[in-house]
Amino acid sequence: MKRRIIKNALIDTLPVLSGYMVLGIGFGIVLEKNGYGVLWAFLMSLLIYAGSMQYAGIELLAGVASLPTVALTTLMVNARHLFYGISMIDKYKGAGAKKPYMIFALTDETYSLVCYTKYENEKERHFYCFCVSLFDQCYWVTGSVLGSLLGSALPFDTAGIEFSMTALFVTVFVEQWISAKNHLPAVCGLIASAVCLVIFGKDGFLIPSMIAILVILTLMKRKVQCDE
Amino acid sequence: MNDTYALSAILVMAAVTALLRFFPFLVMGNKKTPGYVEYLGKVLPYAVMAMLVVYCLKGVDFTHMPFGICEIISVLIVVGVHVWKRNTLLSIILGTSCYMLLIRIM
Repeated sequence: MKRRIIKNALIDTLPVLSGYMVLGIGFGIVLEKNGYGVLWAFLMSLLIYAGSMQYAGIELLAGVASLPTVALTTLMVNARHLFYGISMIDKYKGAGAKKPYMIFALTDETYSLVCYTKYENEKERHFYCFCVSLFDQCYWVTGSVLGSLLGSALPFDTAGIEFSMTALFVTVFVEQWISAKNHLPAVCGLIASAVCLVIFGKDGFLIPSMIAILVILTLMKRKVQCDE
Repeated sequence: MNDTYALSAILVMAAVTALLRFFPFLVMGNKKTPGYVEYLGKVLPYAVMAMLVVYCLKGVDFTHMPFGICEIISVLIVVGVHVWKRNTLLSIILGTSCYMLLIRIM
């Protein structure tokens, strides 16, 4: 049973493997250029483990930002993780000793894979989610260490391969759309974030989007539940 | 370079990130999940995935050449292939190859 789940987790995380390798290598390269070598890349990917935040972190380190600024920036960039936690509370219930790590490792990409897992059996589901979490972080750490070591000496042109991350999210979106009885939440998320992007610009739209989504979904609670 | 500063900054980033990830679990803990949170847990994944797609495409400039055509076509291919075959890996490989090709010829 375990072997089959590990195999499934490996196959399911392949898109993350390609995406994390590219983004991780990119991170390692930029960090190295800013004077922080392979040990720092390893440490950040091991302890922080949040892609976009680590990129932002390079700029904070380079600018010697004050620690309160560092804390506030992290809070703003990563606030969306609150949402992931809320939707995994029930799914991760009773996961035991594996649970703290599964929560720690809940990145965008891991979330996209574990939030719609097909395992009905609780034990199998928890083991699968744990494997996905662990494999994804291994890819990320490996990528950033490689990037730091190789520097910009990579022989091939990988421009555009980071689109695999977008593609992963799109497939999950489509998968959810097909299986959902009610499309209101998806439409709400799409419209709210697109409108916020136009109003607040690409650097500041995430938090207004989350607030808008929360408000709209709360107001629609009765409507959504009646439709089910 | 000040190693102590870098280390403390990294620890702060790690702590805040972990705090955000653990917060919902700590607050809701072992109590029975309230109906409202259970509702959010059910509907949020749909809304959040849409937000993540927008987040990935936030840097696309639709007002200047090539008007995000590479992204639009590639996303449509991912959607089309996925509706057709329901195979995640296939959809991602085709969509990404298409994107890598398009940004080189556009």
